Amino acid sequence: MEWEELIPSSAGPPPDVRRKPEPGGRLARLRERLSKSRRALRAELSASLFDRLDAQTWERLEEALIVADVGAKATAEVVSRLEAEVEAGEVTGPEAIEERLVELLAGLAGRETPRLELSAKPSLVMVVGVNGTGKTTTIGKLAAALRERFGLEVIVAAADTYRAAAIEQLETWAERAGTEIVRGNQGGDPGAVIFDAIAAAEARDADVVIADTAGRLHTHGNLMEELSKVRRVAAKRLDGAPHETLIVIDATTGQNGLRQARAFAEAVEVSGVVLTKLDGTAKGGIALAIAGELGIPVKLIGVGEALEDLRPFDAEEFARALIAE
Amino acid sequence: MFDQLSDRLQETLADVRNRGKLTEADVDKAMREIRLALLEADVNFKVVKSFTSQVKERCLGAGVLDALNPGQQVVKIVDEELAALMGGASRDLALASSGTTVVLMAGLQGSGKTTACAKLAKQLGDGGRKVGLAACDTQRPAAVEQLVTMGGRSGATVYEQGTRRDPVEIAEWALGQARSDGIDVLIVDTAGRLHIDEQLMDELAAIRKRTKPHDVLLVLDAMTGQDAVNVAESFGERVDFDGVVLTKLDGDARGGAALSVKAVTGKPILYASNGERIEQLERFHPERMASRILGMGDVMSLIEKAEEVSDADQAAELERKIRKQQFTLEDFLAQMKQVRKMGPLQNVLGMMPGAGKAMKQLRQVNMDERELDRLEAIILSMTPAERANPALIDGSRRKRIARGSGTTVQAVNQLVKQFAQMRKMMSQLAQGKMPDPQQLMKGMR
Repeated sequence: MEWEELIPSSAGPPPDVRRKPEPGGRLARLRERLSKSRRALRAELSASLFDRLDAQTWERLEEALIVADVGAKATAEVVSRLEAEVEAGEVTGPEAIEERLVELLAGLAGRETPRLELSAKPSLVMVVGVNGTGKTTTIGKLAAALRERFGLEVIVAAADTYRAAAIEQLETWAERAGTEIVRGNQGGDPGAVIFDAIAAAEARDADVVIADTAGRLHTHGNLMEELSKVRRVAAKRLDGAPHETLIVIDATTGQNGLRQARAFAEAVEVSGVVLTKLDGTAKGGIALAIAGELGIPVKLIGVGEALEDLRPFDAEEFARALIAE
Repeated sequence: MFDQLSDRLQETLADVRNRGKLTEADVDKAMREIRLALLEADVNFKVVKSFTSQVKERCLGAGVLDALNPGQQVVKIVDEELAALMGGASRDLALASSGTTVVLMAGLQGSGKTTACAKLAKQLGDGGRKVGLAACDTQRPAAVEQLVTMGGRSGATVYEQGTRRDPVEIAEWALGQARSDGIDVLIVDTAGRLHIDEQLMDELAAIRKRTKPHDVLLVLDAMTGQDAVNVAESFGERVDFDGVVLTKLDGDARGGAALSVKAVTGKPILYASNGERIEQLERFHPERMASRILGMGDVMSLIEKAEEVSDADQAAELERKIRKQQFTLEDFLAQMKQVRKMGPLQNVLGMMPGAGKAMKQLRQVNMDERELDRLEAIILSMTPAERANPALIDGSRRKRIARGSGTTVQAVNQLVKQFAQMRKMMSQLAQGKMPDPQQLMKGMR
């Protein structure tokens, strides 16, 4: 999965934008990052997992998926389907079974190639999520990617006016990414900040506005209502806005991630998931459960702290990383 | 989906009641429900395994299978075993008898360390201690500013040297300053780090070595999944933490991660953070967490909350009334006013038994302060005699009350009916009986 597939643009990157060469190749780098998260799973899932088929095979597979936070429900679906297909003789041989497993897992994430819809000018990307998932960091990385890979003019909007020093944090990231920032005051109206950022984007002919919002637990009705209101303000100000609403989910999140995604989707029509912190030992299986159950595709993954550690999500690669070498 | 394990267990074992005897197959069925519910609650799968076999053994033991209400018996066993797993009584910080106590805070990125530092500072400060905060997170942009701002709100002295110095040196410097300033407790904030990041884990170990903390606390997000055990084990190996601060408990995460960490590492959970406000940090109560995982609510915390905002005599009186079913609408009105002082409605309701589903409805109907205003108006339109004895309220009285409060007779009916149910449930609960959750729910609505 390449950035160009995630954000198709008829014009393509302008000639003056040189893409940075990627050290060791993109796949190698991603694999290296993901290998850490894979190691624990591999211990559960030995290479010979499907060499001998018995009740324990399915139990071990089930456990491996549970440990990856895929969730009891999605795990049961995948395992029972695979088991049925194997028993019916539709799939035979260890390798074919493993391939089928990858297919089923990737299928949970959705069959369509994810896209970021940024064709409008300016486009508004709203970034939402619970506290501490990495929203601000993701925005910094996304702004950098859009600017460096596509030559897009990006303005970030510091609409997290609640958390102490959130604005300063985004300022640092904007500086690193080389983008402009529109900020309000702490305790100010987040809607107004986005309103101003859209105006600034129009005045300066910028392409994309990425709006940071305050982290909030999805159970706080009043804060979720505030978020809906911010969205309505943006929609009134700019046709079709927000063009993307991304929920940031921490890969260490367990089954609560599903409730988070559901509540945010109800409040602000989430269009995609960004799965962060995949460089730890957590496997981020909850993203599959979210995509499978709520139909919200995963669009981006965060695999490290550096500016370039944000990547388009590739379902098959992700599924393979969960179970294969 | 598995909102109420207790509901599901009762349901699973309901038909058994008619037969009057539990079989081993029934128990196995119940264990499957428990297994699923615990996995949905993010309890580590290994912990789940040993847990269910333990519970099964007890369930098959004497007395349970023949009990009149085996479903309730099983729930009770599960509850007790969960509480045992979480580790008996809660524990305090190891505060030094003299000099400066050092508390080191560590954890993954985004777990809520900085906020937890400020909240702990506020709590210790309110307890009359002189508190200092050391800003040793030089990694995350603006982390120092965040601690300065939040630390200021807590009333603590913040020791910071920007982000250019080595965190180990900053920690050592801050401790020197704190000692000469006569600080009682110095809380050291550190950068969030992955447990597999060798370099940063070395740094944390170095801070520990130099500052010799009395307590090392691991800050853990209540929403963490199966990986929590890996994280805790790694932090345990490198910095040998003494206890856990569980954050973001104001969400609807069941917190199975916390249970697993306790089960695997043996480290107790000291504090629970449950809100955005700086005073929202509480002592952790293991037995209550067990009930949360089971979805049985937390009556004790509720009563304590009430004690905080009312005086002890009032609380004792309230408890007595609840037990004796003498809780009147007058008390209800007074409580409602207290509830508003206790903080956001949903925090309070979250502690009520059976509130899992009620919370959901709450979101749907958006029961807000205005809703409370309406309830208040209805009760205020009653005479004192009616408030003390709602049975008095006949048809014509209902009409009068509806007119007086600007509501409808239906609304008055509803309130009176629900109040009666609620009173019954509360009394059962206070007497340690397990009410039927279905009934309870109706009472909450």
